[in-house]
Amino acid sequence: MSITKPSLPFLAALAVALAALAVGMIFFVAPEDVDQGLTQKIFYVHVPIALTAYACFGLAAWKAFRLLTTRGGGYDLESYTGVHQGTIFGALTLVTGSIWAKASWGVWWTWSSNQLVLFLVLFLFYCAYFMLRFSIEPGPRRERISAVYALFGVALVPVSFLAIRLASDFIHPTVFTREGPQMTGEMFAAFCSSWAAITLLAYVMYRAELAGKRTDANLRELREALAQ
Amino acid sequence: MTRYLGDVAALARKDLRLELRARDTLPAMLLFVLSTLVVFHFALPADAGDDAAYGLLWVALVFTSLLGLARAWVPEREAGALDGLVLAPTDRSAIWLGKTLAALAFLGAAEIVALPAFTVFFAPLDASAIAGVVLSSIGICAVGSLVSAMAAASRGREVLLPLVFLPLAIPIVVGGVGASISEDPGQFLAFLGLYDAVFAILSWAAFEYVVTE
Repeated sequence: MSITKPSLPFLAALAVALAALAVGMIFFVAPEDVDQGLTQKIFYVHVPIALTAYACFGLAAWKAFRLLTTRGGGYDLESYTGVHQGTIFGALTLVTGSIWAKASWGVWWTWSSNQLVLFLVLFLFYCAYFMLRFSIEPGPRRERISAVYALFGVALVPVSFLAIRLASDFIHPTVFTREGPQMTGEMFAAFCSSWAAITLLAYVMYRAELAGKRTDANLRELREALAQ
Repeated sequence: MTRYLGDVAALARKDLRLELRARDTLPAMLLFVLSTLVVFHFALPADAGDDAAYGLLWVALVFTSLLGLARAWVPEREAGALDGLVLAPTDRSAIWLGKTLAALAFLGAAEIVALPAFTVFFAPLDASAIAGVVLSSIGICAVGSLVSAMAAASRGREVLLPLVFLPLAIPIVVGGVGASISEDPGQFLAFLGLYDAVFAILSWAAFEYVVTE
């Protein structure tokens, strides 16, 4: 049994619709925060983007793991695209987090915000992924080295998080605790719609980039075949 | 099992013997760590406390290890010896373990000079700080010998190694600094142990994919 994947234009339209819905929910349904007022609205963008970045890195590591275990083709580009999307969303997390920090704590950067520091470490780590990848000759060896590096990334996330937590005090607001999300129903609904929109957007971007990269690789193969 | 350990010992011994003959790495590391400590003395303001000096000790150790790790795979690469090692009838992770032990020996030798020099120049080191140094050296060499093999496969090897290694070394620095200055060093030492275990297992399992063509 095979399920055909929904087409890219349809998904893109759905992402746009969801994003519009999310913007509506954020500004008209979710109540304004008592402490922070309007600036708190960035929470509905910042946190979903951060979660999406983690999801992209996780996807990249999973594809890398598949590449190493099955030695199958195709996973390399998928893993690379995952890292690429994750880095884009990671950079966005840094930017939105920095804006929020300026608005609510009065500084552009604070070392006591664990999540921000973690994203900075991850951002540096995954930027080095690109440097490493593009200085190795294309071929199976590059695929495997990139895959090992992507796998190291998912091990680095919890370890760095623990390290940063050990190293700092806490002023980052912790919304998700063991007692469940600390927000009202409307806020949670707005958060979830925004999260769904951004995750879908990331998926659409992932598919679009992957399609481009695959076409590129196929084209190169055809050219090489022609040249022989 | 004993065969595996025998292979590892032979590989590590090979690196140590090469170093004894050529003296490429260790003198450079020793001189580098001492020069860094002197630079740090002038970089710190006169009224900076001991805590700042402890932080800089970790910077010195990480950069010194980078110096050693950058040269770790040079002999294998230059003579094409890595191909021979990969073809040898042994588990490929033995190559990684041998290289890690050799790197640990070099780093340990550099630390035997650096730590007394640090106590003379800056501030005393207690038992937990030394335990932190030991644990983090294991982590540095385990991860470092893998990523330097990765960097050695690339074109920009000397440039790439620090880029790839430093983000991975940030948790080590956190754990090491915590172990040297914290009132409660136990949790930092436990964290360093955790880091060593996680990344040593990962590097041990992943090394094969890095060296095979």
